[in-house]
Amino acid sequence: MSGWEAVIGIETHVELSTHSKMFCSCAVDVAGPPNSACCPVCLALPGALPVPNEKAIEGIIKIGLALECTINESSLFYRKNYFYPDLPKNYQISQYTFPVCEGGKLDIDVDGTTMTVGITRVHMEEDTGKSTHIGGGGGRIHDADHTLLDFNRAGVPLVEIVTEPDIRSAAEARAYGAEIQRIVFALGVSDAKLEAGSMRFDVNVSVRPVGDEVLGTRTETKNVNSLRAVQRAIEYEIDRQINVLETGGKVIQETRHWNEDTGVTISMRIKEESEDYRYFQDPDLLPLETSAEWREEIRRGLPELPAARRARFIDAGTDAVTAGLLVDDSDLSTLFEDAVASGASGRAVGIWLTGEVVAYSRRTGTPIPDTSLTAPHLGELTGMVDEGKLSFSAAKEVLIAVMDGEGTPGDVAEAKDLFQVSDSGAIESAVESVLAENPDAVNKIRSGETKPLGFLVGQVMRQMGGRADPKVVHSLLRKRTGA
Amino acid sequence: MGDLADLTILDAGDGLRAGDFSSADLLEAVTRRAAVTEAHLHAYLTLDHEGAAQAAEAADASFAKGEDRGLLQGIPIALKDNMCTRGIETTASSRILDGWKPPYDATVVTRLREAGAVITGKTNLDEFAMGSSTENSAYGPTRNPWNTDKVPGGSSGGSAVTTAVGSAFGSLGSDTGGSVRQPAALTGVVGMKPTYGIVSRYGLIAFASSLDQIGPFSRSVADSVAMLDVISGFDPRDATSINAPVPNFGGSLDRGVAGLKIGVVTEFMGEGIDPHVITATRAMADRLAGAGAEVVEATLPSVEYALSAYYLIAPAECSSNLARFDGIRFGHRTQVEGTTEEMMAHTRAEGFGPEVIRRILLGTYALSAGYYDAFYGQAQKVRTLVRNDFTAAYGHVDVLISPTTPTTAFSVGEKAADPIAMYYSDLCTIPSNLAGDPAISVPIGLDDAGLPVGFQVMAPSLGEEVMYQVAAEVERLAGFTERALLATSTVVAP
Repeated sequence: MSGWEAVIGIETHVELSTHSKMFCSCAVDVAGPPNSACCPVCLALPGALPVPNEKAIEGIIKIGLALECTINESSLFYRKNYFYPDLPKNYQISQYTFPVCEGGKLDIDVDGTTMTVGITRVHMEEDTGKSTHIGGGGGRIHDADHTLLDFNRAGVPLVEIVTEPDIRSAAEARAYGAEIQRIVFALGVSDAKLEAGSMRFDVNVSVRPVGDEVLGTRTETKNVNSLRAVQRAIEYEIDRQINVLETGGKVIQETRHWNEDTGVTISMRIKEESEDYRYFQDPDLLPLETSAEWREEIRRGLPELPAARRARFIDAGTDAVTAGLLVDDSDLSTLFEDAVASGASGRAVGIWLTGEVVAYSRRTGTPIPDTSLTAPHLGELTGMVDEGKLSFSAAKEVLIAVMDGEGTPGDVAEAKDLFQVSDSGAIESAVESVLAENPDAVNKIRSGETKPLGFLVGQVMRQMGGRADPKVVHSLLRKRTGA
Repeated sequence: MGDLADLTILDAGDGLRAGDFSSADLLEAVTRRAAVTEAHLHAYLTLDHEGAAQAAEAADASFAKGEDRGLLQGIPIALKDNMCTRGIETTASSRILDGWKPPYDATVVTRLREAGAVITGKTNLDEFAMGSSTENSAYGPTRNPWNTDKVPGGSSGGSAVTTAVGSAFGSLGSDTGGSVRQPAALTGVVGMKPTYGIVSRYGLIAFASSLDQIGPFSRSVADSVAMLDVISGFDPRDATSINAPVPNFGGSLDRGVAGLKIGVVTEFMGEGIDPHVITATRAMADRLAGAGAEVVEATLPSVEYALSAYYLIAPAECSSNLARFDGIRFGHRTQVEGTTEEMMAHTRAEGFGPEVIRRILLGTYALSAGYYDAFYGQAQKVRTLVRNDFTAAYGHVDVLISPTTPTTAFSVGEKAADPIAMYYSDLCTIPSNLAGDPAISVPIGLDDAGLPVGFQVMAPSLGEEVMYQVAAEVERLAGFTERALLATSTVVAP
């Protein structure tokens, strides 16, 4: 893509995990038996009226505050009018001018560099029902024999986060998506599960010659349902558009559909003219007022955000990559926090958690909380390594046994006889006997070669059954051979 | 003593409490009245004999036990058929809802039931409350009991007629641009539109959400107060419901008008208004002055644009409100085979009548990209100007008065082919809907043709108490006791 620059904006839809729906008291139970969580309001029966869910408003304000948005004192609900069978009212209650949140930003880390993505707006709306198209083979409404409708999802609170066109690459887009997912999850307002559809992305992509100020014609790609898909769909779309332009074609402003299996975007063939949603302010809903006191109360109740947490973990001694891995896994970060709080080395605990603990969990298929590992275990284990009582390889063996439930690190090391021998008398006699057995190596060392030194260390360690502190062995050997 | 069906709610209540008759007797009286009037008038779409009998029995049992839930206990009341009644067919007079039985009660229905009222049935209306004559009903028109060649007004014509003829003691209508006050004027009863937000719209099949308000029909001003007392108050199911205590509606009914300043709306006393109606209105204004009120001229300069603004705002909202009638979840569904879009389009084309289709098209157009600012946006600005006019007027008068309608009842078919002429019959009532203010129509006499003339009293937002105070004086001064021809059982006795 040399000579071309991509301009990308992302719309993220987040289903809030409130107890009840956005405008009625039905339970949010998307996975329940079809049409089991519905009422006159979310089925749009004649005469039914919407009443906003205060918890959902609280949720969107949390997201807005986390993205450093201005929270409008007064915001407006609009109707977005279009006919579709799974949209019960045949209009969606959404926002247009004066959304709940406007003008924020998010700092993201892409390959070690920090960049800022502007947030245009964060607005509140309601989800649609779910259509299942039967027959016809395409899974689309146009060729289906019939369609099954499940309105459990209709009216579930949905937050839409819209970025400025600040993103320039697929990797940046992916990093943005990942950070939004972390934030939403940390705020506790959504389960943020991409695979379950509780978070979804629409990506807007255009390309232009490097140096051009004017934006190229953009496409909007839907059905982008994983972070990997964000990256792949954008990469595909950038290549496609450059190819179209370089071969003398024109990019058409249109909505495209990402096909995960084939790895391509296809035009959804929507009519030439853009759809007219006839937005107008919903007369069933008054302007939504958020008092300064309420906004402040929500701000005070915000949990620590992932970026702040990563910074704190780095302060505790981990590197940035480890901090990122820990923060992304609530089990790991809980163990980390508890171990460090009781005085363990952050650097060491971080390495063990993101290394051997994760490896064990994957290997055995055991979720970390289901193993016998506790934060005090980690403190004890890393302490023994620091004090030279356990070699690294012995510590690994101890950790596995601890996770298997064989006891505390001390008990396991004792039972398996894995403590290092730091008693220089025992090591010295082993050194003497190895030196006596390997005169050639000793001579080579004395004549200036250093290579045989490692061999001698290995021999001593073997004689000690691996329990000698290699540092002590090394220094004794150097002293005796004059290396 | 006359027929029980001719009593006011308050008089019927006195009789119930004195043990002179039972709720079952009252129900029997209105049922008998309906039996002789319905063939001529077609005010009811559904009579719920069974439910009403049970409610009357329950009310009588309550009285027997000394339980008294207020002035509507045991009183037969009719409902416009755009208010949802659990298990009872609710059609909004549309083919598209033919046979639909709601799974829930509208809030006003719940409140009536809790107050011990006896719901007689569901009354005819212009389809989805769109019209001013009750001719636009998929189930046939309702006729005016004063002259069956005339329309009863609309859209709540059926409810107005039940109260006028005694096939109910009172009834509920909905008023979007005058749909309670206009038919009340044309049938000689009291009809009232409350301040927007004091009566819940939950369960009222929406026409234009920002304008719709349920209000009572009654045969006296005091009955109107009794009904509003029951149906008003905050409802957490309606986000536009006012969360504050309602005014003391009837607190000043007996105080007269001495010391009040009353403004006659200049714009409704000239061009476009029948001279006989103007004369009757002016005469009543003079009598109010005679009763001690200071009567002055008042002007609402922007109301000349109110009708145009209304016919953009109401259709715009209705185009969206009626989108849910798509044949998928309830109501009529076409038999025509085709795609989903075709199914929805055929269902709507078959299910909606011509006036409803006209308004959906108007509203869709007014909201469309490129036209929004010129139509819907402009209409909203006019709405603000109308509100401002009222605010300015109420800066120096307590209430405003005017004719309720430009003419008395017109003939069936007379305006059916001319929508604009029909729209003009709401000229004097629409501004209060745009402003969200309360207004009431009180009958003050008959014209030369023997048709009732309505007199409108308008008040500022939440000004129901002073509105009723003036309305009660108008009622006393008018001494209107005439009853519609068909309402007198001697005339229509089988």
